[in-house]
Amino acid sequence: MTPREPGRTGTAVPAVPRQATGAEEHGDLGPGPVDVLLTVNGTLRRVTVEPRVSLLDALRERMGVTSPKKGCNQGACGACTVHVDGRRVLSCLTLAVSCQGREVTTVEGLADGDDLHPMQRAFAEEDAFQCGYCTPGQLMSAVALMEEGHTGDDAEIAEWMSGNLCRCAAYPNIRQAVRNVRDGAAAEGER
Amino acid sequence: MTIPAQIGRGMDRVDAHAKVTGAARYSAEHRPPGAVHAVLVGARIPRGRITGIDTSAALAAEGVIAVLSHLNLPKVAQTPHLIPSLAGTTAHGQSFFPMQDDRIHYAGQPVAVVVADTLERAEYAAGLVRVSYAEEPWVTTIAQGRGDTYEPERIFGGFVPGRIERGDVEAGLARADVRIETTHHFAANHHNPIEPSATTAVWEDSKLTLYDATQGPTATRLTVAQLLGIPPSDVRVVSEFVGGSFGSKAMIWAHPTLAAMAAQHVRAPVTLALDRAQTFTNTGHREEQEQTITLGATRDGELTAIRYAKTSPTSPFDDWAEPSMGPVNRLYACPAFEGVHHLFKAATMTPTFMRAPGEGTGAFVIETAMDELAHELGMDPIELRLRNHADLDPESGRPWSSKGLRECYALGAELFGWADRDPAPVTGAAREGHWVLGTGMASAIYPVYGVVNPQRARARVYADGRAVIETGCSDFGTGAGTVLRQVAADALGMDAEAVTAHYGDTELPTTVAAVGSAGAGAISAAAHTAATALRERLVGQAVTDPGSPLHGADPAAVRVSGGRMVRPDTGAGETYGEMLGRHMTFDAEALGEWAPPGGDEYGMATFGAQFAEVAVDPDLGLVRVRRMLGVFAPGRVLNHKTARSQLMGGMLWGLGQALLEATHMEPDQGRWANPSLGEYLIPVNADAPDVRVEMIEVEDRAVNPLGVKGVGEIGQVGMAAAIANAIFHATGRRFRDLPITIEAVMAPA
Repeated sequence: MTPREPGRTGTAVPAVPRQATGAEEHGDLGPGPVDVLLTVNGTLRRVTVEPRVSLLDALRERMGVTSPKKGCNQGACGACTVHVDGRRVLSCLTLAVSCQGREVTTVEGLADGDDLHPMQRAFAEEDAFQCGYCTPGQLMSAVALMEEGHTGDDAEIAEWMSGNLCRCAAYPNIRQAVRNVRDGAAAEGER
Repeated sequence: MTIPAQIGRGMDRVDAHAKVTGAARYSAEHRPPGAVHAVLVGARIPRGRITGIDTSAALAAEGVIAVLSHLNLPKVAQTPHLIPSLAGTTAHGQSFFPMQDDRIHYAGQPVAVVVADTLERAEYAAGLVRVSYAEEPWVTTIAQGRGDTYEPERIFGGFVPGRIERGDVEAGLARADVRIETTHHFAANHHNPIEPSATTAVWEDSKLTLYDATQGPTATRLTVAQLLGIPPSDVRVVSEFVGGSFGSKAMIWAHPTLAAMAAQHVRAPVTLALDRAQTFTNTGHREEQEQTITLGATRDGELTAIRYAKTSPTSPFDDWAEPSMGPVNRLYACPAFEGVHHLFKAATMTPTFMRAPGEGTGAFVIETAMDELAHELGMDPIELRLRNHADLDPESGRPWSSKGLRECYALGAELFGWADRDPAPVTGAAREGHWVLGTGMASAIYPVYGVVNPQRARARVYADGRAVIETGCSDFGTGAGTVLRQVAADALGMDAEAVTAHYGDTELPTTVAAVGSAGAGAISAAAHTAATALRERLVGQAVTDPGSPLHGADPAAVRVSGGRMVRPDTGAGETYGEMLGRHMTFDAEALGEWAPPGGDEYGMATFGAQFAEVAVDPDLGLVRVRRMLGVFAPGRVLNHKTARSQLMGGMLWGLGQALLEATHMEPDQGRWANPSLGEYLIPVNADAPDVRVEMIEVEDRAVNPLGVKGVGEIGQVGMAAAIANAIFHATGRRFRDLPITIEAVMAPA
């Protein structure tokens, strides 16, 4: 297995704002609702939320973006995994107000029009899910895994995908899907 | 034109695109205009009485619309009575409905429902509801309740007798050369599908629509209608996408009805989603249990008697126990058997079905005991099982409708390399650094439950060459929607890609809840019957239509392929669409109803053989499962890809059962100590080795029209035993309690 980068773990982590909070931009926030401007899947969106609202609930309950799933709301299952500024985060442990000005990507934003992302195609072909509830989070982690360079071997894939629980236990098929995309990308690179 | 056989094809899931693009909407994700959120408040004590509820702070909080409790919630129209959902009628998960009076029977029992305009506000206000209690004495664990057991007449919602006896056990044990006597403890388990149960309730005048996460839309409809006292026809249940269940959504619990009541009270659509912790006290669980077994056998390995007993807690309302004696009674030919369940009343909700309900624990007991017996006799474990192979169903004495277990052993042994196994390396001879290695196997059995109600589907062919198959079942990850297409396509003589499946809605023809591995058998029977009726009607029309090239042909001889009817004698033919279009009709449809024949000529069950290789680090207590193999004989396989996934998932559930899964009761508090996915351990990707699944297709003419025996549970049944037997093979130590924890393996022998 590839040595870990120092300070990184195999699971998604909550987003840590680069500034201390959004407070510098907004003044004091809350407890009343505040406006947050953020980009969701390439579209600039404004959402009005109390500061206690998680990114997950802002997406699901207020913006109609329901692919991030609520499995535990405690950062334990990974079903809510999205990308914020290209990095995978647990949206249930991320406050929406901390995403001011950031780019959020969910599974709805993976496909290029009607062309599915190779990872989406691979998940479908390899039957890398059953009920589908953890799938958006698995996909966002799997796509990030490729970019993070953690697809060297099966053990590495398994370790770095272990922050996303799948109760249907499609794990071997998920690894197969990641391998397929990795190998497809490698073959693409050689051409 | 020839097309591949539609049944069996490993086609991709029909809902794969929706699931990988985020288009799939689950029950809590339906947002009707004006929808508000309801949040449950659970009891903090395990038993006693509510002495007061102060809702003033909650009601004063911003956005709060209502707080419901036993003080203002309407009474249910009828006290619920537990009936397993397989019966096809109401499916109350327990004979109890909360918030009807001030009594508390178990920790977490709903005592209030808070409704607010946003989820955060409802959750915050739920924390402001002040409930005071007068606590009363209670027991929750076997250690506390052991002295107060009784023998129930029937268990499992009345489905199964509490005691089964045949032959003379005393005499059998007396003539045994060898006796194996073991006691096993099983921790309580919770299903933990990644989607917590949720319901969105919408009233339009007197009509109620529920978007509900359920294994049986019709079960939800009938159950909620009965509790509300309204006609079932006024309740529509939609459950197109369900995020896993494993039994937690097999019975209908209080929350769909509470959501409907809350929606009625606030006159707005309501979403009530359980949070993770609430799923531990609102949707049932596999009960803590203790099982003992005594095996008697001759020196040749012939079983002479089996004595078995189980003790477990049940609710104040129901005599529930998983029927764990099934595999103990039915796996092997043994002339004498005695099995008995002991229950004690505890401060718990009624336990419920959880994947491989009963078989998972019972098989662990008989299959580890058989491994001990094999070791004691110095006999190969497969050889011992073959010597006791049950040619007839030991329980009923009837022939099996189909079996295939010998073939499973043979193929499994070959693929796993069983012949190369050192039969007794229990000295830890096989080493790899710190790791000691071992292999083990076990048999698996799961009953084929006969459904009792008619199963219906509707098939329709359009003149454009496409078809639709409709039935009311839900697909909670089983692949039901996908195999519906395949079964209908096969009967219609079409390509499955040309068939659309509609399901997950009570407005469609009725099928039973998909439970007990019976779902595929039921819906395939319905779809096959409907599509066959439609094909026969269309062929019948063609051969009597003077304008058809098939006019005058023998309808029985007509072949249909790719939607084109052909008479073999002349080769002439036309498509369904051409014929329909000629008559200015745009579609044709037929309702199919399969009436289960009942009958009791056969013993019916699915069988398998399961193998595992483990590596154990005795110093650190680590157990790593390196290889898993399962060979199963599930009758007809409708889709090899989705069936394999279900079997694989079941096997990994067996890994979780063996090594990880436990809900711990806090004995001084009477409530679950670890109700979260951080503390209730389930397998993660890194725990799961590659899994090999093989299927032996056995023909079964008795179970249902297509001979489908189901794949939902059998994968789990023998897996934990195979792993425990492999650990013994590696270490020479027997771990009889589940899960086999790191602490247990580390502890000095």
